[in-house]
Parts: sequence; C-alpha cells; structure tokens
Amino acid sequence: MSALKIENLDISYGDSKVTHGIGFDVAEGESFALVGESGSGKTTVLKAIAGMARSWTGSITAFGHARTPGIDRGFARQCQMVFQDPYGSLHPRKTVDATLSEPLAIHGVGDSGARVDEVMQSVGLDRRFRFRFPHQLSGGQRQRVAIARALILKPKLLLLDEPTSALDVSVQAEILNLLKRLRREQGLTYLMVTHNLPVVSFLCDRLAVMRHGRVVEVASVDQLKRGELQDPYSRELTRFSASHPKT
Amino acid sequence: MSALLEIENLRVTFPTARGPIDVVKGLSLTLGRERLGIVGESGSGKSMTGRSILRLIRAPGKVTADKLRFDGIDLLAQSERQMRSIRGARISMVMQDPKFSLNPVMTIGDQIAEALLTHQKLGRADIRGRTLAMLEAVRINDPERVLGLYPHEVSGGMGQRVMIAMMLIPEPDLLIADEPTSALDVSVQAQVLEIIDDLVKRKGMGLILISHDLDLVSAYCDRILVMRGGEVVEECVAGELRNAKHPYTRGLLASIPRLDEDREELPVLQRDEAST
Ligand SMILES: Nc1ncnc2c1ncn2[C@@H]1O[C@H](COP(=O)(O)OP(=O)(O)O)[C@@H](O)[C@H]1O
Ligand SMILES: Nc1ncnc2c1ncn2[C@@H]1O[C@H](COP(=O)(O)OP(=O)(O)O)[C@@H](O)[C@H]1O
Ligand SMILES: [Mg+2]
Ligand SMILES: [Mg+2]
Repeated sequence: MSALKIENLDISYGDSKVTHGIGFDVAEGESFALVGESGSGKTTVLKAIAGMARSWTGSITAFGHARTPGIDRGFARQCQMVFQDPYGSLHPRKTVDATLSEPLAIHGVGDSGARVDEVMQSVGLDRRFRFRFPHQLSGGQRQRVAIARALILKPKLLLLDEPTSALDVSVQAEILNLLKRLRREQGLTYLMVTHNLPVVSFLCDRLAVMRHGRVVEVASVDQLKRGELQDPYSRELTRFSASHPKT
Repeated sequence: MSALLEIENLRVTFPTARGPIDVVKGLSLTLGRERLGIVGESGSGKSMTGRSILRLIRAPGKVTADKLRFDGIDLLAQSERQMRSIRGARISMVMQDPKFSLNPVMTIGDQIAEALLTHQKLGRADIRGRTLAMLEAVRINDPERVLGLYPHEVSGGMGQRVMIAMMLIPEPDLLIADEPTSALDVSVQAQVLEIIDDLVKRKGMGLILISHDLDLVSAYCDRILVMRGGEVVEECVAGELRNAKHPYTRGLLASIPRLDEDREELPVLQRDEAST
C-alpha cells in the first residue's frame, strides 16, 4: 500500500488554478522530495494534503484512505505538516509546553504530560526549554519544537515545507540528522518540499521536479547524484546546484 | 585607487540586564570596488555590521568606530539628514526580510519610482519604462501587474526581487545585500546575483554580500570574511574558501550536504549550550 497517492490534482485559489494534473506516489517509509521553482505550487500541494487548501479536484489518498477537501480529523492524526518558517509558525505567546499539548487536547488524547516529555526527548530538546516562549529559543530550537508538534500525535506521514531553509548550515545539519534518525526510529514517511538539491541527496529516496504547477519529472536520488535527470528544467536546477564550488 | 569604504575598530554595543554587550567587537575592513562576502552563523554580527555602515542601528544599540569612511566621507560625522541623502542614492541595503523593509501602504510601482527619483529627475513615462525594465531584470514575468500590487500581495520570493530592484535602480556606489536571495530557488538566485554582478562589473559598484550560505558567497565574491561572535575569525580569497584553515570555518564547510552526498550523518559544530 502507498503511504500517499496523488492523482490528477488541480488546486485553485479563487478563480486561479495553481496546479495542473499533479500525480505521484510515495511508498510507506519512503522519503520523497518535491523540488522546483518558487511559485511552482509545492507548498500548495502540501496544503491540499494537509487540508489547508480546500479548493481542489482529483484525489489524495493516504494509507488507503481518500481525503475530502474539508476537515478530516482521522487524516490529520496520520499526516502532519512542518512549516517553512520556524519564527512564524509558532504562536509567540505560547510556551513550548502549551504548543505541544494543544494537538493532544484537540484530539482528546490523555496522558499529555508524559507525551510532551517523550516527544521533546525524541527531538533533542532539553527539559529546561519546556516552559519557554518562542522568542527565548534559537532558530534551531524553534524548528525542533515545530517538528515535535508535528510528531506528538504519532502520525505516519510528515509533510515538511523547506524545514531547514531558514537555518544556518550548521543548524541545518543538526535538523537533517534529526529528521533522518526520526524516520529510521519511527518508520515515518516524508514528503518534503525544498529547493536545495544536496538536501534531497542527503535525506530522500526519490524526487518530483515541479514547474509552473506541473510535475515535469519523477526520478530517483541515484539519478540525481549521477547527474542523470532528463527534463531540461531539472537539468538546469542540477547545474546551478553543482556550479557552487563544493568542498 | 583610494578605498570605497574603510572601517576601523567598529563596535556595536547593546545594554542588557547583565551590562553592555558587544555584538560587533572591533571589526576592521577596507573595501575597494570589489565583491566582499561576509559569512557566519546567525547571531555572529553580520547584519549589525551591514546596518552600522548606513547608521541604521536603533537605540539602545550604540555604534563606535575609530574610522567609518565612505568615499572620503566621514559617516559618523554626518547629520541624519545627510545620511538620508546617502542612503539609497549612494549606498543601498537589501534587508534580510523584505516584509519589514517595504512600505506596506504604497504600491510596488510607487516605491520603485520613489527610489529612482532619489537619484535623478525623470518624466512620468521614463519612470514607468525604467521601473518595468528593472522588474524584468530581476525576472518578474508580469511587471505591469506587479507594479500595482501592495507588498502583502506578493510572495516572499517576489518581495525579495522587488527589494533588489528598488535598491539597484538608483545605481548606488555600494550595495550591501543582507541575505538577499534566501527566499529564492537556485535558478532565480543565480539570475538575481548575475544582475548584481553585472552592476559591479559595468558601473564599478562595490558589493558587500552577507549570507550564511558559504557556497553562494564563494561563487559570487572576490574575498570573504568569516564572522563568529562579533569578530572576524578568518579572511580569505573566495576561491580558496575550501582550503580555509580556521577550525570554525572548516566545521561550517563540513556540515553542508553535497549533491553527491553519501555520508550517513552530517558533522555538527560543538556548542557551548547543550541543545540547539
Ligand atoms: N493564499 C493564496 N492566495 C492566492 N494565491 C496564492 C496563495 N498562496 C499561493 N498562491 C499562488 O500560488 C502559486 C503557487 O504558490 P506556492 O505553492 O506557495 O509555490 P511554491 O511553494 O512552489 O513556492 C503562486 O503563484 C502563488 O502566488
Ligand atoms: N536589541 C538588541 N539587544 C541586544 N542584543 C541584540 C539586539 N539586536 C541584536 N542583538 C544581538 O546581536 C547579535 C548579532 O546580531 P546580527 O548582526 O543580527 O546577527 P547575524 O546577522 O549575523 O545573524 C545577535 O547575537 C543578536 O542577538
Ligand atoms: Mg513554498
Ligand atoms: Mg542577519
């Protein structure tokens, strides 16, 4: 069974259609990347899957369960999103504890104290941060909180929207290592948006390249590493990523 | 050739509950008509350094320096009014977050036109033509439509391009670009940096490119300063960054994934605070 199957997905904001016939399949336990131009509709695809963009046609199926464009709580427990901006995505007046307890309360899950403890430990956040506010945390710590919030309901699928693009390379390395470990330990499936191809090489198994609201190519990470992407736009992206001098 | 910018012993100080702390600690640099990169982790003092040059550090922050000269002008001795005429027209700064630097109640077209008029007097039609051309140059496909939009109506990547257009249109002598392309994808990033590069080459503009992206600065600069904790720990020729000596610089370089990455885990820097 696929963890996620997207077929013929057209998503609109008002009258303007942003994606056109998107389709791809993510296997259970796989880490799949969506890459491509800014404005090509990557975030919009994640939002439709997460139930935050409601105007779409086509089909979105996770673990055999087809979702509707409306609110779908069962879906939410299996599938959580981590947003791009660790500054904007956390409520400024909520402590780490409140941020992490809230999804548990909404979904009527008990034993909240122990669950918060456990999830903080798994993302490498020391206990002393539990009652701090976002402004009292570093960028990397905030992103750990955002990942913890996504994990607290024990989802099987994580939607990651540029989870490290706002971070320093050294902090990025910590978060990438963390994501890799969490996937291994908890058998998670990832769908990750990024514009950083080396990040795809480190963390993903396959990728889809998007341009102007369409998927132009689906390839394996081995093809990416060997410089064997086919589509002209994919090749352009690879060329720019490789042209920066590497060490 | 005399230097475009000379900084000696720059110090930026903020009062805190535990007494004043220096977030820039005696930085010195000399810039010609060249491209200087400043890299370092967040909090290392890169933005404060850039903002000091334009005297944009807000109270209670305090700036002191033994020397802060731009093209022979003693910046520390300028009145606020004199500084306003230097900002934009002669030294421009692309700020890290376009959302906070664009005027929210003015259309993008009006803002770019205003930036252009700090530099020269032009008729309506000329202004419109130049503005459209500049938006096209930063790879905005439908400039006619974008002219009439307000900042909240554009995406982060588009906002960043608008900022760059606004800062480049007066053709300043010095451009300070603070993480100018962090919201852009690699191909647009390359295009935008090439426009900046073109102005450096054609007009002899000086560039200070601030970024935490070591690959990016080594590709687009001539010389690089590596900052940590308010100090420059290493200076090198851009092409030589990969041979950097300082353990901190080497640590940063090692933590970057590569396109042909096959490491199971990325090396991370040792920090004072246990968990980051
Ligand atoms: N809330 C919104 N309302 C209207 N248009 C939007 C909204 N969010 C995004 N868009 C538009 O949808 C397109 C795709 O955006 P997005 O999914 O954010 O792209 P990406 O994540 O690939 O950069 C863009 O043209 C963007 O301007
Ligand atoms: N108002 C302030 N009061 C005290 N410290 C500040 C203030 N503003 C910035 N800082 C500190 O100054 C240091 C340098 O900041 P900045 O130049 O923005 O870093 P960078 O641009 O390298 O990320 C940081 O450690 C930051 O916390
Ligand atoms: Mg996006
Ligand atoms: Mg900064």
